[in-house]
Amino acid sequence: MKLRTPKLIRPLVVAGCVSLMSVAGVAKAADSTQPIVIPIHNWSSQVVMAYVIGGIFEKMGANVEYTPADTQAVYESIRNGDVTISHEVWQSTFGKSFYNAMAKGGVIDAGTHSATTLEEMGVPTWVIDEGLCPGLPNWEALKDCHENFTTPDSGGKGRWLEGPQSWHGDLMPERLEALGLADKWVVKFAGGADALWTELAAAKKEKRGTVVFNWTPNFTDADGFTFIEFPPYKDGCRIADGGDGTCGSPKGWLKKAANYKFPKTHPAAYTAFTKVDFSTTQIGQMAALVDVDKLDHKDAAAKWLADNEDVWMPWTK
Amino acid sequence: MIDALRERKFLQFILLVIVFILMCMFVPATDGSWLWRLPPLFANFPVWINDSVDYLMFDWWLVDVYDPDIEEYEKQPVMRQITRGVSGFVLFMIEFVREIILGGVKTIVTFTGWDWATENQWARWPGLPWTVVAAGAMILGYALSGTGLALFAGFTFIYIAVFGQWEPSMQTLSFVLIAAPTAIFIGLVFGVLGYKSKVVETILNPILNVAQIMPHFSYLIPVMVFFGIGDHAGAIATIIFATPPMVRLTILGLKKVPPEVKEAGLMSGCTDWQLLRRVLIPTARRDILIGVNQVIMQCLAMVVIASLIGAKGLGNDLLIALNRLRIGLALEIGICIVLIAIVLDRLSLAWANKQTDYFADQSFKERHKHFIWFLIAFGIGVVVAWIGSFIFKEGFNYLYLVPHNKGITTGPFWQAGVDWLWDTFFYTLKGFNEWFIVDVLIPVKNAFLGMPVIATFTLAMGTGFIVGGIRSALIVGGYLLFIALTEWWDRALITSYLMTMAVIISGFIGIVMGTLCAQHPTSSKILLTWCDTFQTFPSFIYLIPVMMLFGVTDTSVLIAIVVYATIPAARYTVVGLQSVPEALHDAGSMSGVNRFQRWVSIELPLSFPHMALGINQTVVFALAMVVIGALIGTDDLGQLILGSLSDRQGVGNGLVLGFCVAFIGLAIDQILRTWADKRKEALGIE
Repeated sequence: MKLRTPKLIRPLVVAGCVSLMSVAGVAKAADSTQPIVIPIHNWSSQVVMAYVIGGIFEKMGANVEYTPADTQAVYESIRNGDVTISHEVWQSTFGKSFYNAMAKGGVIDAGTHSATTLEEMGVPTWVIDEGLCPGLPNWEALKDCHENFTTPDSGGKGRWLEGPQSWHGDLMPERLEALGLADKWVVKFAGGADALWTELAAAKKEKRGTVVFNWTPNFTDADGFTFIEFPPYKDGCRIADGGDGTCGSPKGWLKKAANYKFPKTHPAAYTAFTKVDFSTTQIGQMAALVDVDKLDHKDAAAKWLADNEDVWMPWTK
Repeated sequence: MIDALRERKFLQFILLVIVFILMCMFVPATDGSWLWRLPPLFANFPVWINDSVDYLMFDWWLVDVYDPDIEEYEKQPVMRQITRGVSGFVLFMIEFVREIILGGVKTIVTFTGWDWATENQWARWPGLPWTVVAAGAMILGYALSGTGLALFAGFTFIYIAVFGQWEPSMQTLSFVLIAAPTAIFIGLVFGVLGYKSKVVETILNPILNVAQIMPHFSYLIPVMVFFGIGDHAGAIATIIFATPPMVRLTILGLKKVPPEVKEAGLMSGCTDWQLLRRVLIPTARRDILIGVNQVIMQCLAMVVIASLIGAKGLGNDLLIALNRLRIGLALEIGICIVLIAIVLDRLSLAWANKQTDYFADQSFKERHKHFIWFLIAFGIGVVVAWIGSFIFKEGFNYLYLVPHNKGITTGPFWQAGVDWLWDTFFYTLKGFNEWFIVDVLIPVKNAFLGMPVIATFTLAMGTGFIVGGIRSALIVGGYLLFIALTEWWDRALITSYLMTMAVIISGFIGIVMGTLCAQHPTSSKILLTWCDTFQTFPSFIYLIPVMMLFGVTDTSVLIAIVVYATIPAARYTVVGLQSVPEALHDAGSMSGVNRFQRWVSIELPLSFPHMALGINQTVVFALAMVVIGALIGTDDLGQLILGSLSDRQGVGNGLVLGFCVAFIGLAIDQILRTWADKRKEALGIE
């Protein structure tokens, strides 16, 4: 039976407290029982991965708590200890917030996933198939096809729909300028990821060409998305770093962050967390369980954990 | 000529506009010129705020605090200890309510510690079966009001359970059940203080103004820095957002209490407390209840925003659903939020309206019959859930808890609806959209950006002067000066452009709809219910269909703003027209006017002051939505406020940007309110 009266609990609580005090001195070497707080953002792979990592911690006997958090503001929370870890730190989108928080003190770098990320302008693959811009993904093709990418507010130029300005500042307008495309293309800043996905869906329905900022691994990979190949990235090639700005985005890292107390309070869980290492394929699998198989996030995580014991078991050792 | 100008405000205004246009034409757009743009003298203001907050939170008055987990002493600032204490208390309250409904371990942990709870896995509080909660809500509805409310409350909770939103809904409910009463209580206390002391009222007034108009996004970061992240932070942000109308309406209500009533109370020998508790507040009940209604609406309107700083529940699920463009699922969640809002609102109204029957002589059984019913329902629910555990051997016991997202879903239906909308209207709307952007929006935007700062000041202060004299002119000028001296004047112009367009459209739609519906009591009641619904319905949901149809453009932003900002325009028009005294209608009819003439020459002028307040609120709502509009993609203040979430100087930037938005609203508020007050005086209504 699932119901119990509080009366029954009270003496047990007292007894428990007393017995605990006597053990407390001995049991210190193990992880603290304070819950590890894992943030939940608003995209599938991140949420599933949160429950996967939480599941691993729970298997190790730790208490875990999940809390919704804003993707940018979360680093300030990790710094303050309100959130313990973040398991998806994307280089170009969150790198700035991550390093800002690190500079203030309180956040530590807990290693890097083997998945590499790319955050770049691109087109849905059907745009290439339809021949809206012959020559893509090479960027030079953009010189001759901007008419197929105009919108009412773009003043006759082709439109690049970039993420919010807070993500990479004026990087894209500067790149257009540097590559000599500025008289044919213009950048519009979207307000958030929702706007990007809506644009993808709407453009597909209308069969209208669109150049959108996107990243991989992402759920859009499944529908076919091609990133434009700009001249390769070299250190210092961006205008902000003193270069001439004629380069694309680097292959980025995907890092893990933790509060500075985490290694001390939960040594075992922290060691496991530093070993946690997902590849692009694995992240794709997790996202697909939700986006394609329509599982609930928690169920998807449970299924992934059950199917991939050989992957995560060694991390806990 | 001069005399005519002195007499006729209308002529003064025309002169002002001419001067304004001349200035726009002849002041050159040169970067160094102070007539064109003021220098950003306040550019460092956000940095100062930031440094002070950092100092307060991290460096001021350090004390050694022992952290048992790392077995070390750490320097901790006192301020942080205090705010975290508050957080802990709020969080405990929320968790406590939550665990009564859903079960869990947190409350037990508060008294015993994690170590003990981890070792004793049996010590978990079980949740109530959903059937018991639903029955409880029905019995409560019946006890407070009768069959109608009982049925509605029951329907709401069954809807929530059947659609698989039980857990997130109860998380949201528990959060609202703490935030709303706290906001109501704080609002009442400050309202009473403001009523008793003129000084307090004078201090409260500007604070309330700013708190009401400032976009909620801009204080998310300060709240997060001070109180951390989680349900408590969400609740605190919600309380900041929801309290001002309660304070306002409490003061208003108490002021309206006739002196005779007060004196009657004093003559009966009331103490101060008794006077307040037994005489003043019950007499002012009507206005205070509107305050309660507003608090509940505001609390649920904040559910989604609060989830950005850690509030669990429907808001967070909604954001995840929208990120995958699952509009159907998002809509179901939105309906849950609206239903909870309406149930709570109706229950609280019924509770407040219930008169105590001092003369009833009832037996124990009579007095406690509702409680006894609940016990019976509890027993039945538990037994049913227990039987359920035999029926649903594998997996989930649907009679105990319908698991998240495993109820029935109408998602595909709504998705089909959105597709249909697209197929039917897209190409028609596309033409309109192009015309609207190219021929209306872009020229207006350029016109706003082409205003020299001296012209803007002349127009705004001049209008202030014509309407309210030198005092209004200076107040309006002061607000604008603050914005002009930050580095965001151009951004503020874009915000003003969006707001102006939205207010014109919403004002027009709202007044027309309000007028039409006010002709009949039933239709006005329907309209007011719609207003309630749309006020709590999360605006995030219609962002996506609107973006599908109109693209990532200013049109979409405008439509999103208009949907929300039309609410007050319509509401105040209805109220304004209803407040025109019957006697005047009759007087008009006797003088032989027809319906339309009566409307034009009697009802409209008399309700104009009310409508002006409606437009005032429309401005406030439009400014509040500017930040939500920024989620579509704008280049105004809202976009920067969103950006401040990731900024190192986030606290300062967010607050100063919030002040900029609030000051735009306050400048307009100053002009409209002064005008409405003068009109009211001239027309001799209240």
